Amino acid sequence: MTDAALLDPEAGSIEQTKKTMSKAPRATAESMAARQRDISVSEFFAKNRHLLGFDNPRKALLTTVKEAVDNSLDACEEAGILPDITVIIEDLQPDRGREAKQSRYRVSVVDNGPGIVRKQVENIFGRLLYGSKFHRLKMSRGQQGIGISAAGMYGLITTGKPMVIHTKPKANQPAHHIELAMNTKTNRAEVTEDSETKDFPPERFLNLTSGTRELGAKGEFLSQDVYVTGTSVSIELEGRYQKGRGSVDEFLELTAIANPHARITFVPPSKVSEEEEDVPLLKRGKPTAASIEAGDSQGEAPKPVQPEVTTETGGVILHPRAVEELPPETKEIMPHPRGIELGILLQMLKEAEIEKPGYTLYNFLQDKFSRVSSASAGQFCEKIGKTSRTKVADIDHATAEKLFKELQDSKLPPPPTDCLAPIGVQQLLKGMFKGVRAEFYAASSREAAVYRGRPFLIESAIAFGGELPGDEPARVIRFANRVPLLFQQSACSSFRAVSETNWRNYDLQQPRGAVPVGALVIMLHMASVWVPFTSESKEAIADYDEIRKEMKLALMECGRKLGSYLNKRLKMRREAERRDIFERYIGEIAKACGEITGEDAKPLYEALLKQARKRTAVADLKLDEEGRKLEDPADQEGVIVVEQAANLANLASPAASAAKAAAEVDARVKKLEDDEQPGLLKDSSDKKAAKPKGASSPAKAGKDQKSSKQVETVPAKKASTSKNEPAPAAKPAKPKMRLNPKTGKLERVDEPGLF
Amino acid sequence: MAKKTTPPSKSSAKLKERDARTLGKIVNLAETVSSKTIAGREPKIDIPTRAKSNTNWNKKRGILEMGDATSERPLFDLKTAKQFMQTLLHASTIKDLIAAEKTSSLRGVFYKAKHTVAGTKENTFDAQDESDPILEDLEVTLGALREELHIFAENRGSMVGNITITDKGDDIDCRRMGSGGYALPSIVEPDVIQFKKCEAKFVLHVEKGTVWNRFNEDRFWEKNNCILTHGAGQPPRGCRRLLQRLNQELKLPIICVLDCDPWGHYIYSVIKQGSISLAFESSRLAIPEARFLGIRSKDFEACELDDAVKIDLTENDIKRANEIAAYPWFAENKQWQKEIAGLLKNGFKMEVEAMITKDISYVTEEYVPQRLKDKDWLD
Repeated sequence: MTDAALLDPEAGSIEQTKKTMSKAPRATAESMAARQRDISVSEFFAKNRHLLGFDNPRKALLTTVKEAVDNSLDACEEAGILPDITVIIEDLQPDRGREAKQSRYRVSVVDNGPGIVRKQVENIFGRLLYGSKFHRLKMSRGQQGIGISAAGMYGLITTGKPMVIHTKPKANQPAHHIELAMNTKTNRAEVTEDSETKDFPPERFLNLTSGTRELGAKGEFLSQDVYVTGTSVSIELEGRYQKGRGSVDEFLELTAIANPHARITFVPPSKVSEEEEDVPLLKRGKPTAASIEAGDSQGEAPKPVQPEVTTETGGVILHPRAVEELPPETKEIMPHPRGIELGILLQMLKEAEIEKPGYTLYNFLQDKFSRVSSASAGQFCEKIGKTSRTKVADIDHATAEKLFKELQDSKLPPPPTDCLAPIGVQQLLKGMFKGVRAEFYAASSREAAVYRGRPFLIESAIAFGGELPGDEPARVIRFANRVPLLFQQSACSSFRAVSETNWRNYDLQQPRGAVPVGALVIMLHMASVWVPFTSESKEAIADYDEIRKEMKLALMECGRKLGSYLNKRLKMRREAERRDIFERYIGEIAKACGEITGEDAKPLYEALLKQARKRTAVADLKLDEEGRKLEDPADQEGVIVVEQAANLANLASPAASAAKAAAEVDARVKKLEDDEQPGLLKDSSDKKAAKPKGASSPAKAGKDQKSSKQVETVPAKKASTSKNEPAPAAKPAKPKMRLNPKTGKLERVDEPGLF
Repeated sequence: MAKKTTPPSKSSAKLKERDARTLGKIVNLAETVSSKTIAGREPKIDIPTRAKSNTNWNKKRGILEMGDATSERPLFDLKTAKQFMQTLLHASTIKDLIAAEKTSSLRGVFYKAKHTVAGTKENTFDAQDESDPILEDLEVTLGALREELHIFAENRGSMVGNITITDKGDDIDCRRMGSGGYALPSIVEPDVIQFKKCEAKFVLHVEKGTVWNRFNEDRFWEKNNCILTHGAGQPPRGCRRLLQRLNQELKLPIICVLDCDPWGHYIYSVIKQGSISLAFESSRLAIPEARFLGIRSKDFEACELDDAVKIDLTENDIKRANEIAAYPWFAENKQWQKEIAGLLKNGFKMEVEAMITKDISYVTEEYVPQRLKDKDWLD
């Protein structure tokens, strides 16, 4: 066992397991001692792989992708690079029998991150519990440093094939090509291939399918302009590719939602396992993985695609980048005195003595904890009967316990919150908009709060209506530090928060004690330096009152916005009905008047129609039932409303629908103040400015009504790159659309500086 | 519905002039709506209000009169939009009737204007009870009476007695009407009906046909030298107008025999002072001199009636009785306050038929003659 593992509180469970394992019945202490020996962590893992998410072939495939993607995102962000990640799953046994439950796959994840210096490659990929993230209190995706090497080990165990790594840390130098297999006994990697290559990103990937060829030709797939540095990891493993809940597809979809700054490309295998689950993902009604053979997009009718939403080309799924800003960089913090446990305190005291012999308690408290001032450090020393000159080495167990109690009872300010990076309301909206096809989106981001001395922050978003199924329980999607949580939903604090929120207040149906029913996707995100998971597999957030309360407040904020929107929608419907009634009678009235006076009825008809339009627009918008001025829900913060004119046209009279048929499908995007993002962002945006923008959200637009509006803003270069399509809509920023209450149409609002 | 056809071109110059005036009013209505709308103003029709709030009690004349209040009927209001359309549809229908010199029944007009609104499944009118009030609205709006609009109602009510009348040129001897009597038409204006010869000294008006049959079978009108009418419950305009003409032109007293219940009292009130919904026609319809002979609340004891005749007052009856007692034209009448109080004190109603329990002809041979002799009536 490494030192790191021994110091690791998480490793406690490993230690325990070791004892139970080595317990042999009916043996003497001597015979037992003869058999007792060190177990390598790798060996331990090989036997207990379920603890880390490799319990079955399907989950193993997912976990492999997940660990690699998490690492890539963390690396890119830390280096200040907008992540561009390509996930490729190749089926290595496409000719297997139909009855085969699993197959051999090669999972490759390529990123445009900073790359890895040669000498660290073995450590990062070949050792368990080796990483930069465990030893600090900093918000990041991975925490233990088990992930990618565990995946590599799983691959090795199931297929005997080494991990293949291409990494390019410098733009103008060749990439390293390394193949390594892990020695489970020594917890060290054995390198089987080590060479330099110019093949990065590996060209082989471009010729995998018609989709990759097509996108590659357009420079939209693994372009060398984008992947100037980066890392590519390939792992062969026994797995099972199957769509539905808990699938790679779902994981990537959700990751794209919570990481709108990332561009994620996914090339799924050509063959899907039998007994496909029929659980719909978020993009309902739009199959995301048609077989590659059918993916000849030339003959296909282009489906209406909006920019910035997930698209599919020849079987390749592209989650485009929705925001061009990296999340703010987070600071590392020291633990807050109220957030530690006695064991950790003892450990810290011990480490402090090793780190700096003669360390005083007074200095130790100030240096190793957040929010401990010199004054409060002095008070702590005094309270336990010591002085400011007492050395940490002189603190015995009893005194430490006393100190621990004092720390717990202290009235210190809450920990600093600049260690947290919210996704941000605007980014949440864009993420949801790209991944979920709905008609209404709302998001909220709470202020930071504290549980057990650890700062955390809750964000929520909801999507409503559109293509979402209306008669099913709402879909709850959960995230912790931007990582989707796919399993153990009902054990999760966020799921409880959703169930406990009273959605009936917002005109939604909700069975008692359950999630609401309706065309709804509810997203909850917890950002924290230490997310309290219920187990090592990191699948559910533990149920702390403070956390659940914040979650409920975030949900209520979104709920209120939705309620307001639903109210407005109802008003619009009523308005349409009212207009309908008037317009129905107008023809009769004009005719009757014409017959009486003997004059042409047409001028009267037109005058009546004009008045009807005017009046129905004014009457309902001015006041609601209580006579209050109605608030336009789209005027609220943190809301996107997409309205299909066709919805309204259904309700309108024949006379009115003629006009409405001409109305276009449009989106209105609410202005959001940029002060969502604190100043931290500034320096990273400078760096970003230097990055090539070539990969920014390409999207095809076929008969999409929207494109006609946008064509004016599309750069000529883009227009020429898309073939066979009437009008491309590839502008990164959508124009702001506003629902005109008078005409029921959507209009473009020229307001600069929205996104 | 049998349609009554007008006699061929018998209309006098006077009638033509009247029709031309009505037509002018209708065209004016449509033109106002049209020009206002085209000028960008709100399309609406001002309709004199036919409600209690706009009904004034003219104490001096002893009749109800309609006030000056009008209510707007705007098109752009969900409550009135359909009525607005219906008003103009009926205006158009009536214009056609007048132009063709035809008349039509209320039901006929309803059918003529009833059709499906273009492009929908909705009917312009769903039932006749939606159509009839619209026609009354038009009467008050245009200031034209029903006959001026060429509309008539069903015949309702009957008459027998010592009188001969001329109806559209035909002499009708009301002494020789058999068991059915002369059916009262809805339009009984002097240009349609003239009184030719009358020996009767008064008119006895009873509430409904069954009672009227009793009196007719017993030849009451012959024995008491009177005219006998009924209005099938609440008397229609034709019946009331004829009673008023008999009262005013022939100076015949009108004596009513109605049930002893709030409904009977209200019928008397309508005959005497006019109704709220037709207050605009009170001067043509109301008979301030009409008298209420019975049945009286005291009659249960006075006539020693059997318990079986009692019909308990419902809550609604009590409410209605109190309302009637509060009408200004009853409020100042001590006799009537006493009568209504008596009814409420009794706690039961009595129909005219109650007298039959004494004897089949008790009411015609004893009750009414005795009361007439005693002049025991309410005024």
